[in-house]
Amino acid sequence: MTDDKTTLPQTSADTPSGSPLGLAERGYSGVIQHLSAGGAGSALSDVELESRLIELGFVEGAKVEILHEGIVGRDPIAVRVDNVTIAVRRREAMAIIVA
Amino acid sequence: MEAPLLHLALVGTPNSGKTSLFNALTGSRQKVANYPGVTVERKEGFFVTPLGRQVSVVDLPGTYSLRGRSPDEEITRDIVLGKASGETRPDLVLCVADSTNLRLTIRLLLELKRTGRPIVLVLNMFDIATRRGITVDVTQMADALGVPVVTSIAVRKGGTADLLKLTDEISAGVAPQPQENNWRPLSVAELRATQREADRIIASTVSLPSRPDTWTARIDAVVLHPVGGLIVLALILFVMFQAVFAWAQPLMELLSSSFDALGQFVHDTLPAGLLQSFLQNGVISGVGSVIVFLPQIIIIFLFILLLEDFGYMARAAFLMDRIMGGAGLHGRAFIPLLSSFACAIPGIMATRVIDNRRDRLTTILIAPLMTCSARIPVYTLIISAFIPPKQVWGFINLQGLVMFGLYAAGIISALLVSFLIKFFMLRDYAPAPFMLELPDYKMPRPKSIAIGIFTRAKMFLQRAGTTIFSMMVLIWFLASFPQPPAGAADPAINYSLAAILGKAIAPLLAPVGFNWQIAVALIPGMAAREVAVAALGTVYAIEGGKEAAEQIGQVLATKWSLATALSLLAWYIFAPQCASTLAVIRRETGSWKWMATTFAYMLALAYAASLVVYNVAVALGAG
Ligand SMILES: Nc1nc2c(ncn2[C@@H]2O[C@H](COP(=O)(O)OP(=O)(O)OP(=O)(O)O)[C@@H](O)[C@H]2O)c(=O)[nH]1
Ligand SMILES: [Mg+2]
Repeated sequence: MTDDKTTLPQTSADTPSGSPLGLAERGYSGVIQHLSAGGAGSALSDVELESRLIELGFVEGAKVEILHEGIVGRDPIAVRVDNVTIAVRRREAMAIIVA
Repeated sequence: MEAPLLHLALVGTPNSGKTSLFNALTGSRQKVANYPGVTVERKEGFFVTPLGRQVSVVDLPGTYSLRGRSPDEEITRDIVLGKASGETRPDLVLCVADSTNLRLTIRLLLELKRTGRPIVLVLNMFDIATRRGITVDVTQMADALGVPVVTSIAVRKGGTADLLKLTDEISAGVAPQPQENNWRPLSVAELRATQREADRIIASTVSLPSRPDTWTARIDAVVLHPVGGLIVLALILFVMFQAVFAWAQPLMELLSSSFDALGQFVHDTLPAGLLQSFLQNGVISGVGSVIVFLPQIIIIFLFILLLEDFGYMARAAFLMDRIMGGAGLHGRAFIPLLSSFACAIPGIMATRVIDNRRDRLTTILIAPLMTCSARIPVYTLIISAFIPPKQVWGFINLQGLVMFGLYAAGIISALLVSFLIKFFMLRDYAPAPFMLELPDYKMPRPKSIAIGIFTRAKMFLQRAGTTIFSMMVLIWFLASFPQPPAGAADPAINYSLAAILGKAIAPLLAPVGFNWQIAVALIPGMAAREVAVAALGTVYAIEGGKEAAEQIGQVLATKWSLATALSLLAWYIFAPQCASTLAVIRRETGSWKWMATTFAYMLALAYAASLVVYNVAVALGAG
């Protein structure tokens, strides 16, 4: 797994390291740069979270787009990953670094 | 010598059409619906190939990997790895893919190859892929993957022909030898590598069109809108509960008058006596009073089946995730809870898709509070007897509104209980993630809806014919014996065992306004909720003597106060009146403790709610 430090929220979307999908707005579209489960604060262990994300197709290079969001805290989000739509919470989406 | 049985197993990502394929191959009618996580059990079926080979096939829960993170996925893992005790490992694994969405299945297939089992990739839903302009180079894909590849359309007649042909070829030729099992849980790096490999193979063998499914996008723009989506969901539920009341009425009246006529016919044809009383009061009044509710049960199932087949369920889970999170529930709990409106038993089974143990347990504990279809007879009977069929605000039927209120009371109390569980018992709780595929919408298929309704209606009638019927015989017996002494002035039933038993328990229930007839009905009603209605039918029919041709609802309206009626409604929102639900809770939690907990908390809530409702109603002058 990638062992980057948590990407800080304030990193802007166009720096090479990218920013977490969990902070992106509805309508955002980009490409996954890498996964970084460490800072996501999910209830899952880092390895487990990263495994699950990969099993749902969130791998480096995949195109993602935020199609919809929920009402409470704009959470969860419905993400188009290539040609599948997956619902995830923003907390877990923090582990997906996009640009 | 006859060739030995060939064992196939259907493995694949959720919602790829495994169960549809299973049904097509074996002619079974297992549940199919358009959301991930429908199948949560292993199901075996048999068929014979065109060349006469006997085949056993098992349908398994969908999974994205063999890691087995939730109880349903463990079932699949154990069968594929041969860990399940008393199970033959499959001779051939059919890896079923949704052809419009191959990435995840091909990754799974690469993982499956490590188990050493011979594999075939089945590109299912090929009709949809073709319609969208997706083309697959099947030969090249088979080369790249090193396994045979066939296309299939599970829901079309003859859509499995290629698969059957391949099965024959495989069983006729040199059977592919199982290799050694090298599977271990994949590390993150390996997972990533298999996904890369899968993407590479797809890039070289599949051409995707620029035509995405625009229908799904258009519908989702409304249905998943943060505000609009919730309004749509509320509207759907409201229409569903109104329909249960309003649409079913004409049919129910027809059924009810037919049973009355039948009872009258028996009454007129047979000589007065025990046989006449048994048939008229025990069988026809009792069982008939339950069967009358068939139209309502069909309507609620029709709604749920349509929503499931259309693909709405996953959306509803998405909308409700954070809202339910406030009450300590997981978004994945939504589908099991909504299915519990039909019946808590499949609802409780469906919680197997929830991987977090505590989330799953909470959902199991509150599922019986959802108003299942067995409560409908009780609610309807009392509502039609006590609530006038007025229109309020011009267009809403007051009876329908009360029904909706009862459903709402069930939902709200479920949320409260869940909140209390989270607050008191499971405090150190970090919310488990919510990750769910939202499948493309599909037009509900009339045939599968019809089969679904038919299956449910049959089950309901079977219950009426077995559990309910035998309870009725028991109640009729208790209510008829011993016979009154000659020249007795009181109604005959007052001398019966039922009256003796009922009056013995009645003091316990007097504070909530129940009379002894209700007490008699509640005890057999522990077996199944509808029995209470049938039991009241029998008890009052026998009590009424020869003039008991009136409908049970009209009898109740004259015998009970409004306060008693409301109190019984409150009782039924909560009371654990279903032996099968309790048995499933025991099986799914693996412990008597949770079954006892459910029983105790529901009974306590029922008593408390009835006590409050009765006393408030009496204070307001409805006593
Ligand atoms: N058009 C089309 N629809 C299909 C085909 N196969 C399955 N479906 C539909 O796809 C949806 C999912 O089918 P299921 O058979 O329940 O899928 P499953 O793989 O058993 O799903 P899980 O049990 O949740 O893992 C249903 O709505 C089916 O009607 C197909 O070949 N063509
Ligand atoms: Mg299935």
